[in-house]
Formats: sequence, C-alpha cells, structure tokens
Amino acid sequence: MNLETLTRSFQPEHLVIRGGEVVDQSGVRRADVRLDRGLIVEVDDSINAPVDATVIDASGMYVMPGLVDLHTHLREPGGEEAETIITGARGAALGGYSAVVAMPNTSPAVDCPSVVRDVLALAEGAACEVVPSAAMTVDRAGSLLTPMGELAAMGVRIFTDDGRGVQDPALMRRIMEYATGLAAITGGVPVVLAQHCETEALSAGGHMHEGEWSTKLGIGGQPAESETLMMRRDIALARRTGAQIHFQHVSTAEGVQIIRQAKAEGIRVTAEATTHHFTLTDAACANYDPVYKVQPPLRTAEDTSAIREGLADGSIDAIATDHAPHEPHTKEFPFDHASSGMLGLETALSVAMNELDLPIEDIAGLMSWKPAQIAGIADRHGRPIVEGEAANVTIVDPNEAWVVSGAEMASRSQNTPYEGNELTGRVLHTIVFGEHMVREGVATR
Amino acid sequence: MKDLLTIDQIGAEGIQEIMVAADSFAEVCQRPIPKVPALRGKTVATMFFEDSTRTRTSFETAAKRLSADILNFSASSSSVNKGESLRDTVETIEAMGVDAIVVRHGSSGAPEQISRWASASVINGGDGWHAHPTQSLLDVYTIREEGRSFEGLRIAIVGDIAHSRVARSNIEAFRLLGAEVTVVAPPTLLPPHVEALGAKVSNDLDAVLAETDVLYLLRMQHERMDQALVPSLGEYHRAFGLTPERAKRLSSSALIMHPGPMNRGIEISPEVIDDDRVRVLNQVTNGVIVRMAVLYLVIGSAAADRLGS
Repeated sequence: MNLETLTRSFQPEHLVIRGGEVVDQSGVRRADVRLDRGLIVEVDDSINAPVDATVIDASGMYVMPGLVDLHTHLREPGGEEAETIITGARGAALGGYSAVVAMPNTSPAVDCPSVVRDVLALAEGAACEVVPSAAMTVDRAGSLLTPMGELAAMGVRIFTDDGRGVQDPALMRRIMEYATGLAAITGGVPVVLAQHCETEALSAGGHMHEGEWSTKLGIGGQPAESETLMMRRDIALARRTGAQIHFQHVSTAEGVQIIRQAKAEGIRVTAEATTHHFTLTDAACANYDPVYKVQPPLRTAEDTSAIREGLADGSIDAIATDHAPHEPHTKEFPFDHASSGMLGLETALSVAMNELDLPIEDIAGLMSWKPAQIAGIADRHGRPIVEGEAANVTIVDPNEAWVVSGAEMASRSQNTPYEGNELTGRVLHTIVFGEHMVREGVATR
Repeated sequence: MKDLLTIDQIGAEGIQEIMVAADSFAEVCQRPIPKVPALRGKTVATMFFEDSTRTRTSFETAAKRLSADILNFSASSSSVNKGESLRDTVETIEAMGVDAIVVRHGSSGAPEQISRWASASVINGGDGWHAHPTQSLLDVYTIREEGRSFEGLRIAIVGDIAHSRVARSNIEAFRLLGAEVTVVAPPTLLPPHVEALGAKVSNDLDAVLAETDVLYLLRMQHERMDQALVPSLGEYHRAFGLTPERAKRLSSSALIMHPGPMNRGIEISPEVIDDDRVRVLNQVTNGVIVRMAVLYLVIGSAAADRLGS
C-alpha cells in the first residue's frame, strides 16, 4: 500500500511539540517538532507555534518515532468477542504504536488475497496502521504453500503460521526456496519468514515450561528444546537456501545463543522477544492462574536474563508484544484447558522502560525502527525525527506512574499479566500520520 | 483450615490436628450405629470431573456418618470442553447451597482455582498429577496406627511418579513428618527435575528394597505403554514389581501399601497380595475415618470463621 493511500485514511493536524527530548537513530537531543499535513515539517531548538497549530507541552518527555509491533493478534476476522481490529488498534495507539503487524491465525486464516483485503477493509478507521501478515501454509495446516507470490504482490512482507511452527522440514525448505524467488515481485526486498519455533512432538501435552515448577505443580511441561530444535533446523535450512528468517517470541537462553551464533556466521536471521518473556518466569504459574499461560511458555530466570542480554547486544532485534486477547471465561478453565496468551500493546513500552537497563534510544530502536525494518515498513515508520518524514510520533512521560488495569484497557479482553502493577513511564500522545490519535493518554478514535 | 488443597498448605501441624480428630472418629466407626450428628444440616457436594468410585464412596460414607446431606455432581472432563467454564460449573453448584465441595478433577490445580471462586470449603479429592491430600492423610494414619514413628522411617514409593498425584502428596506428607523418602522408577516415569520434589531417587528397586520400612506401590496405568514410557508391562513387572522373591528380601516388619486399585501381576504379584505385611484394606477403612475428620474440621472451621467475622 502506498503512502498516499495510507495517509488519506488519517486526518492530519497542525501540531507543535514543545520542550521535549527527541529520541531517534541519532540519539537524544532537546528539540521542538512541528507536524503538518501528515509530515514532520520543522525540527528546531525552539519553534513559535503558528496560530492554527495545537501546542503539545512535552517538557520532560521523550518524543520518539511511533512504535511498531511485529506480533499482534487482532482476532478479526473470526474472534471478535476477544478483540476487533478497531479495538486492538486503539490499544496499540494508546501503547504508543503507529503500526502493528496483524498475525494471520484468524478464522478464516489470512492465507489468500481475499482475506488480506478483508483485513485491510476492516482496518479502515483504525487508530494506527494495520499491516497484514499472511500464513506460509494454507489454513496454517502445515501441508500446502499459500499463494505467496500473489500475497507479496499485494504488499505482504511477513509470512508466518504463528500459533504453530511448520513441523515438516522438507516443507519448510520448500517455503524458504520459494520465498527467495519473490524478489522480482517485491522489488528486491526479501520477504520474511517468521517462525513460531515449537517442535510439537516435544511440546505435546505441555502447558507450561518443563522445569521445577511444572514438576511441583503436576502440569505437563514443554522443554526448552521444543523451541531450540526448530531454530537449529531453520538456521540450517536458511544457510542452504539464503532465505530471510525471523524467530518470533524467543523464550529460551539457548535460543538467544543460537541466534547470536547464526548472526555471527552471517545467516539472514532476525528475532523478537516479548516483554513477558523477559519479565516473568514459570514461577508465576504457581497458583494455577491461566492468565500466565502463554505460548511459548514463561521460562526461568536464567532465560529472562539471557533475553535481556540478547536485547542489549543486538542478538534480538526487536521487542514484540504477542498481544493475544482472550475472552475472560476462556481463562476460567483448568490450566491445561485454558486459552494461551496475554495482552501486551498497552503495557509494552512502560514495561520495557521499567525493566530494561538500557538507554531510551536503545529501547526506541528495539520497539520502533528495528521492527519497522523487519516488517518492511521502514519507509514510513521508525523514521528519524527530521523534516520531511511521515508524522508518526509518540510522546512518553518517563516519570508518570500508573497502575495496570485490564478492565480499563481499550482491548475487548482483560488478560494482562501485569494487572495491579505500578509502572513508571506512560505514553501520553501518539500521532499517526499526523493525526493526534492519543491525547493526554486518551484515544481519540 | 477453610480448604484442604495440598499437604504443604496444612503443614505438619495440620496433619497432626487431623490425626487427633481421626482417632475420635475411629471410635465412632466401631459403634453399633456408626453415626454422629456433627454435620447435621450441612451439605457436602462431591464434584467429580473424573470417575473415581473409591474416593467418592469413601467421602460419601464419611459424610453420611457425620449426618451431612450429600449432593452428587458428576461431570466428565469432556463436558468441560463443551464451553462451560470451571467457574460457571462451580457457581452453579454453590447456588444450590453447599457447605463443602469435594473436587476430583483430571486437571492439576482445578481445586485451587475453584477455591478462589467458591465461598464453600473446598476439599481436594485428587487433581491431575498434582495432589491427593486425603490419600496421604489416610496413608499417614495407617502407618501411625501401626505404632511406627515417622522420624527416620524409610519409605520407598515405587512406580509412575511422573503422573502420580499420590506420589507428590505423599512425599510432602512423609517428609514433613520426618521420614526419608525414596522414589523408585525408570527415568521415563520420573518427572523432569524430580529433585524439586525433595525425595531421593533410585532406578533400582532391588538396591532399595532391603533398606525399606514402608514399600508404597503405585498403580501402573496401561496408557503409559502407548506413550512408550516403558517397553512392556512384563518388563516393568520384572524390574519394579513386588514379586514373591522380592517380598522375601523385604524386612519382616515392613509394610506394603498401595492406593488401589491394584493391578495384579504388574505392580504386585498375585501371590504377594495376601502377605500379612500388606495394609491395603486398612488403608480403605482408614480412608473413611480420615475423611470424616477432614470434613468435620474444614466445615467446622469455615463455620467458626463466619461466626468470627
């Protein structure tokens, strides 16, 4: 989709952001920013606001490019009771996102051009850009290739069976080979094959991490090797095929190390980690509360610290949410029958700022321009805050404290694992293609 | 104790309290009319999401001897998959007015979840692979009845530890009382990170046998064969079954226990079942006594809490 079509669905305003600390690829600097007609039109030490402009006082706040989530479940079509594209995108804007990549595990799955068109149509009026990804295999069943060429021609850049990994290694090899042939369609930009790494033969019957806690609780476990075996397989196949691969929601210390080594070797691999996989451990399952049931499962303290290291040293490229809304009653089943997944959009930036010992420009990189690059939307998201760029800007007050409440979220669901936590740092304004989408922490769409 | 969910939750003191109460109910059970009005007007619901004739019958007998009314609720685990959440089911039962809910569930943790939603007392009648506290209490009662002290008592639990709620609860109970517990199984029937359970571990029954005061055999589920956890029931029996030959090497003062129902010829040879060291029927008798104590204490304490507040 081209920039002009996109910006047409937003109503740009004339805005002057005053007094903030601008955070982008070149670091942190004091500057005022003026936005007009969907673009950044002026960045200067001090800008006098024209009479028709709205002034946003950003003193003591960070002004950064809008965030990009590589991994969002918007549940539409098919799961509208849990979330819709509109409610999910509203939550995304509240969390500081100007774009989210919608996962294709809907019902029907996003596995053909017509469903992509549905998603795009449903996204009209959404509070941020919704970037559809598509399945690698028909109905995510792991046996037949989706029309990847046609999908790529429509602009799809990320292919994933997320929720499942492709189990058959021969099929995965063919998907990789086929994907490398799509460069002519995409203008040389490689399509990204995003893998949910789970070896089902090892994870079957498991509902949490296999470890001391699963043993004590008597719940079937999923060993770390369920993730790492598939990573090793895909790296071997990527080495052979030259495909661009991406590992979703990395959850294990060994997985981080595998990615680090593959990158050093020159394999074309990127990776994401979710906020919950670097902040929560399997001990959270001790009371059998299925709100902590997620796929891949929460693992150990050793894993969370390895993921933090991976985020710090660049082994992991992006922080994603894996925002997974579920209706409340589906979390009121016994642990092994309850749904898997957690909300993330409205808490991710705050959690990252609270939990990661990283400078703000590194966090912004992990949540904005690096994921924008992977998603193939770096022409309009995650851009530097300079004149001429698309006006996708997030303003966050690093000192404002707030208490997480699922009931107060924009999401149709409430399954946040951070319920009741006090976080410091809050998104107060999100500007999407020039439209003032979140104003003083309140969504305007 | 408003609820009884796990042994760790009640601790050694809780076990002791239940044992003392059980002693007085043992006397009641000896009477010509083994019934007292202790829980007259109270209603006990048995919610069994998984079939278990023995445990249900034992709880029902206990409740009847305490003059409680019994409400039976059976739901196969499959109905759980048909859309009614656990919370919906529990709220339905509570709406009928009950004082205690005995829960048996195939999923670990279900009783703990139910206890968060229910105002009635919740008694764990066995959940998944997690816990079976009343089984442990009756096992403690049975060993104690023999005049054995738990301090330093060497107890070997043999069989499918990985999938056993009895093993987990018994390790907790026996260790809390000072016993030395060894679990004996092939590695495929031990849970990963078995050390988290706090018992010693052996893969060799013969090496453990001579130094065992209580030999506790677990039921071997046939479905484990399909999962290729052991090559065959025959091989399991030869390596981990109580054969007549092994029974000879077991101390004459040892006790042989089993939570039932026994698989003859698998965990125990038919010839050994009538050995005078076997306490399986005592366990069943004591099950009623101990469950009377649990129902009495749990419902009594919930009533006291209500009066107190």
